[in-house]
Amino acid sequence: MNTEKKWFSLNLGRKKESASTCGCGKSGGCGSHEAAPTPEKDGFDQVFDVPMSRRSAFKKLTASLMIGAGAVHSSCSVTAGDETKEKAQIDWEEQFKGNYKLMNDEEKKATVDRLVRSYELRKGDKINMSSKNAEPDVLFGYAFNISKCQGYMNCVSACVEENNQDRNSEMQYIRIHELKDGQGLKFDEADDNYYHEVPAEGHFYLGTQCFHCDNPPCIEVCPVQATWREDDGLVVVDYDWCVGCRYCMAACPYDGRRFNWSTPEVPEEEVNKNQHYLGNRLRKKGVMEKCTFCVQRSRAGKNPACVDACPTGARVFGNLLDPNSTIRWVIENKKVFRLKEDLGTEPKFWYYMD
Amino acid sequence: MATFKVFRSLVKDSFNVITQGSLRYHLWMGALTLVMLIGMYCYSIQLEEGLSVTGMHDRVSWGLYISNFTFLVGVAAAAVMLVMPTYVLKDMDFKQAVLIGEGLAVAALIMCLAFVVADMGGPSVLWHMIPGIGVFNFPNSMLTWDVIVLNGYLFINITVPLYILFRHYQGKEAKKNVYVPGALLSVFWAVGIHLVTAFLYQGLQARPFWNNALLGPRFLASAFAAGPALIIIILAIIRSSTDFKIPDKTIRKISIIVTVAAQINLIMLGSELFKEFYAPTHHSESAYYLFFGLHGKNALVPWIWTSICLNLIATTILTIHIFRRNNILLYFACFILFIAIWVDKGFGLIIPGFIPGPYGKIAEYTPTGIEIAVTLGIWALGAFIFTILAKTAIAIETGRLRYKETAVVKKDHYENTVLDTDKA
Repeated sequence: MNTEKKWFSLNLGRKKESASTCGCGKSGGCGSHEAAPTPEKDGFDQVFDVPMSRRSAFKKLTASLMIGAGAVHSSCSVTAGDETKEKAQIDWEEQFKGNYKLMNDEEKKATVDRLVRSYELRKGDKINMSSKNAEPDVLFGYAFNISKCQGYMNCVSACVEENNQDRNSEMQYIRIHELKDGQGLKFDEADDNYYHEVPAEGHFYLGTQCFHCDNPPCIEVCPVQATWREDDGLVVVDYDWCVGCRYCMAACPYDGRRFNWSTPEVPEEEVNKNQHYLGNRLRKKGVMEKCTFCVQRSRAGKNPACVDACPTGARVFGNLLDPNSTIRWVIENKKVFRLKEDLGTEPKFWYYMD
Repeated sequence: MATFKVFRSLVKDSFNVITQGSLRYHLWMGALTLVMLIGMYCYSIQLEEGLSVTGMHDRVSWGLYISNFTFLVGVAAAAVMLVMPTYVLKDMDFKQAVLIGEGLAVAALIMCLAFVVADMGGPSVLWHMIPGIGVFNFPNSMLTWDVIVLNGYLFINITVPLYILFRHYQGKEAKKNVYVPGALLSVFWAVGIHLVTAFLYQGLQARPFWNNALLGPRFLASAFAAGPALIIIILAIIRSSTDFKIPDKTIRKISIIVTVAAQINLIMLGSELFKEFYAPTHHSESAYYLFFGLHGKNALVPWIWTSICLNLIATTILTIHIFRRNNILLYFACFILFIAIWVDKGFGLIIPGFIPGPYGKIAEYTPTGIEIAVTLGIWALGAFIFTILAKTAIAIETGRLRYKETAVVKKDHYENTVLDTDKA
């Protein structure tokens, strides 16, 4: 097993889940990953695993202070209808649920069921939400062909549609940088917000998004562990646990994170109803979100929407642990590089040229 | 039980003290209340609409709130510069000022916490941060360290003066072996809150403008200039508007602290400027943006040069003995130094960290009216709290507010009102 880390970190008497951390760069040899053993429970887990007593005590304490006051009223009221009661009950449980990262499979399923039911009660429409966990022996990686990209931005619009991003603020996870030929990667003179016919003469195009770093600075700084690295390498956010401090945004060297400055709005008919808890489910205001390599698709064996939407084939996605995957072929046979490697973030996003 | 009774009486008596005063006092408190109410109204709009009502956006994701938070941590830490000489070095010239300094620390810390809460996207789920109930990402996240040190410092700065005042209220001397350990702890703790807050920024490899070993030490130097400068101004106001005796000697000594700290701060500024501009690299772009503007974007340029000019003038006045010994000039220098460091540690530090962005994009930041109103509201809250604390402390220290043993005397004492000066 490859437990050697490529960056320095203090081991402050806590068990790092080094077994699940894949140090595979472009070199092979990561086929030897074993399924990560269940990490030992730390203090937080133990607090969380105390069935309900402590949390229910807290619920009672804050009942009069928090928005739950209204919910209590309607859920206890005899005049309110069953649906109102149920809605209030769901809101109540959602407000005081734990961190998804620390939930067991049953709890994950329970919160997903609540969210599906809540959507049904509010909009009268069924959605399909998954809580599928990472599969063993999977580590997702991405490669981007600079020679092929023509800057059409089909990936950007496919991403927005797939991931239910706020239409008002035109939030986009992907930025396509239009760089000048002969200047190399001079990002500060690039245009990441162009509006003209592409490909423009004398320019080339390079896309950035969340790179799903293997050593992500954003997850270290989060004060509440609302963002973390899943075992298949995806860096995800629990939108319901995030407190909105935006420290992760300051810590990301790749401009990979977005914040919901106001309530995100997606027209009812445009909502993608095929959702994942950690992925494209509808967000609320005041929380972070980011590219998840379309977790709802990638964990179902499909490519992220941007990969499928690209008309030039500039985007390659796959399992880094599968020696026969395209992504492995690209990394092993092309001259690949990554952005800002000196920061030690180990992005799982490679660039290459033909 | 007896202690509890005395405490209840203290609370009652201090309530009387703070609700009575001159017309000027009432106008002051009324004005602060008005500003606070406007701030609260604006905050309610922010709660309703989201942080989109502020000037912040995805490219500059921290603004006025975090700037003020950073600056106020420094003001809070500065109390240590008065605590240390009094309790540790036993220099009694500082004795009068130390309670005021601690009161200022409490007010500054409450403002800090208010600014952090105002900046949160989801204040209703802040319980996620409470250790035990939520998930506290300690020790990985510097923000959790900050939560610990700020609340710990707040606790120390409430309990130590409370104990001293509580003893004085009963006409007893405060026991040294009780409060000196707390005071000693607060000395180290004050350095801690500032360094930890600096590390919050310093630890981000994504932001070269912050990722700089001088950030923490410069934080300390500027804090030990701005905080005591504010204390001098406040002591001057207290001296002229109450009968609390503050000898000139105290102010002289504090002014020397301000002077030395301001000089060190300037040396560090010089070192930073040298590093950024002698051999500029890609990482100097934020400094270029701050001092000269970049690609025609120069919103911060007038601010930072104003700050540097004020800083230089103030340090010059403070450095020359005859000027520093002139009270009017001293107050003026302290005032402009305070403003200079507020600009420098607020706008001048936080915003350029985001500009240019990770890929060189320059998107500027301008605070909105709502953001400014909330900020002013929080400052008013701080001033309000400080006034209450200082007024009670002064009443006890001057001997006007004392615990009356028997109920009969107590009744009499209510009728005559606490502020009856000829009793003193």
